[in-house]
Amino acid sequence: MNAFMRLIFTSDFFYSIFRVTTPLLFASMGAVLSDIAGVPNIALEGMMLIAAFAGMYFSYVFGSAFLGLLCAILFAVAAAGVMAFFTLYYKTNIILGGIAINSLASGGTVFFLYLAAHDKGTSVSLPSKVLPNINIPIIGDIPIIGPVISGHNVLTYVAVIAVIFTWYLLKKTPLGYHLRAVGEKKEAADSVGISVIKTQTIALLLSGLMCGFGGAFMSMGYVSWFSRDMVSGRGWIALAAEAMGMQHPLGTAATSLLFGVADALSNAVATLGWPSDLVKTIPYCATLAGLAIFSVRAYKKSKNV
Amino acid sequence: MENYLLEMKDISKIYGNGIVANEIVNFNLKKGEVHALVGENGAGKSTLMKILFGMEAPSSGTITLRGEPVRFSSSKDAIAHGIGMVHQHFMLVESFTAAQNIILGMEPKKGFSVNEEEAVRFTEEISKKYNLEVDAKAVTRTLPVGIKQKIEILKALARGAEILILDEPTAVLTPQETDQLFEELTNLKEQGHTIVFISHKIPEIKKISDRITVMRAGKTVGCRNTADVTEKEISSMIMGCEMDTTITRTPCKKGEVGIAVDKVSYTDKNGVEVLKDFSFSVRQGMVFGIAGVQGNGQVELIDLMTKKRSLKNGDIRLGGASIEKMKIQDIRKTQFGYVPEDRIEQGIAGHESIEENMISNRYSTKEFCNKILLNYKKIAEFAKKNIESYEIRCSGGRHPVGMLSGGNMQKVVVARECSHEPKVLIAEQPTRGVDVGAAHIIHKKIMELRDDGCAVLLVSADLSEVLKLSDVVAVMYEGEIVAFFDQTEGLNEEKLGLFMLGLERHEEEQIRRAVQ
Repeated sequence: MNAFMRLIFTSDFFYSIFRVTTPLLFASMGAVLSDIAGVPNIALEGMMLIAAFAGMYFSYVFGSAFLGLLCAILFAVAAAGVMAFFTLYYKTNIILGGIAINSLASGGTVFFLYLAAHDKGTSVSLPSKVLPNINIPIIGDIPIIGPVISGHNVLTYVAVIAVIFTWYLLKKTPLGYHLRAVGEKKEAADSVGISVIKTQTIALLLSGLMCGFGGAFMSMGYVSWFSRDMVSGRGWIALAAEAMGMQHPLGTAATSLLFGVADALSNAVATLGWPSDLVKTIPYCATLAGLAIFSVRAYKKSKNV
Repeated sequence: MENYLLEMKDISKIYGNGIVANEIVNFNLKKGEVHALVGENGAGKSTLMKILFGMEAPSSGTITLRGEPVRFSSSKDAIAHGIGMVHQHFMLVESFTAAQNIILGMEPKKGFSVNEEEAVRFTEEISKKYNLEVDAKAVTRTLPVGIKQKIEILKALARGAEILILDEPTAVLTPQETDQLFEELTNLKEQGHTIVFISHKIPEIKKISDRITVMRAGKTVGCRNTADVTEKEISSMIMGCEMDTTITRTPCKKGEVGIAVDKVSYTDKNGVEVLKDFSFSVRQGMVFGIAGVQGNGQVELIDLMTKKRSLKNGDIRLGGASIEKMKIQDIRKTQFGYVPEDRIEQGIAGHESIEENMISNRYSTKEFCNKILLNYKKIAEFAKKNIESYEIRCSGGRHPVGMLSGGNMQKVVVARECSHEPKVLIAEQPTRGVDVGAAHIIHKKIMELRDDGCAVLLVSADLSEVLKLSDVVAVMYEGEIVAFFDQTEGLNEEKLGLFMLGLERHEEEQIRRAVQ
């Protein structure tokens, strides 16, 4: 137990919480943005995977991490665009559309990975680029807190900005009003001349944008390569976080952080020599527990009405 | 030729499936008038207004606005031309504040943000200008229906509406709210706005409108000055014939106690005591009417009686048996009928057929089911019989209920709840938003049940309905019975109104007589 405590109460552990929460934050903001407009995007997982591959591949091709990031975003948004095109304009069921993107991403990335790296597992043979870490002056020098907050990948800081951006967008801007109105009562939006399809398309594209960042972080920050299905359920965990956060950007960010803690814990505990298969289930158990608590609460609430 | 603000000429609308909704309809508006558009459910009023508001394109005909021909391809177009519509089902985002709803789609900006202060200021300004009082910062969800309607009207006015279409605006309002609405409308009229008032409540039309256009079966029957026609004439124009809507009442033959509510109290989740020591009973063979302004505990009372909420204090007995231990299904197995307030949410399954909706309260009985499979032949026969006896206008038993007009939808609900000879019937606003013809049929059926010895509890905000059907009347105010009349002779709406507003109250002894 002592070894456990020594492991937890270190700057390294807290640093790792932020690191593993980063992709969850991006994905869960993507979930909030789409769900609030009434288009539940279950393809977060697939979009992130596409972005992760595109980021790795194009940073290798162009030799530039920045161009890699740009392409990651571009591809994720394009995937969201495809989904919007079929589900909003051609009325495919949005869940089916999401499943299609997820399967396409899972198989497609392996296919292109083989073409590019002649390997069906990872891209370690390709010298791809990594986005830089940022040391914050002054704050970085503060003992204990400094090493926790400073020195993260640039996208970790972007993730925090993404949360604030999402909150500001939804709460303060006309577009945010339109997204919320369309999600809550389409007819109301329609009756004042707001195009429902256009607004929902924007929601899905924004969701794709978030996945672009999240995916890029996976292959160009979290690790420096692409491996098959490397997003490993983070898109789904984000959906859970969004549901528990009641679609509120800040609430969702808080629950994402909670899942981040669970994830960091499973990483840290693995070094203690506990059975690794069991330890790896911690984040997923946390998801299950979280969803159970959430649904019990929602059920109680609905019964009281 | 007179100078009309708007003229719709020879409008026809034929839908893709061949249904003719409007046939050579003519409709015009003079500036600054209140023009009532009346007709039964399904007479084509809504279609005509949808055409005017750009939601539907006419198959043929012309629209002239301010002397110029116009063609609207969307509501946005219509709004741009100064036409606004207040739909019967409100188009409001419930989680938004009043101000946010009003400025939606035309938000004032400050940098990238919506200028909330400006939105509130703007709302208060137009609210003052048109004398439509709303709290700009209140969340819409928490507001009563009357206020939501004001927000809707303001929404239209804020977009520069000069012609305001109100689709059955009084269907959801209490008498007090209706009076207030009429005042507001008169006020708007004086400010130069033109109002189209869709309704089928004749006394209201008589009260508020300057001119009337009557529609029947997709055609215009005629346009008159309101002052020149009597209520009876309007009624016969609507129905196409003189219709006798009086109910002949046989003397009340009281039987055993059918419904007994004994000392029921209920506190809602906000800690408000909604029902206070509430007691009454209904004997078989009589109609017990409960009058009252909405929101005085009626909904909670019915919910407790039908097990939508669980009873904690007091006892309720239906047909002699306490419902405390019963499930909804058990209550349904007794001879029990319930016509819910909200037919679309609770009364029907819209996508399903008339046949299926007719048996949804007893699909598992031997009558329609051999334990495993449903007997569709019997179901079809049963539905056919009811369609005839309730005069439900439809293409047949397979017609989806959701496609019917409100009145016919309600007839399906009433047919289901009344055709198995119930001994207990709870009717909650049975004819709200239903046209005169359908209402009459429903009233007749309720009275037939009463004569056959059913205990009927009628909860209604429509006082004329309460007075017409009830043998005894109780008035509900703030969760209590404040008045009890053991006969309806000599009783009128004004008298009931005093009790409904809490201005008067009967002696305890008289109130206690509600338990019979």
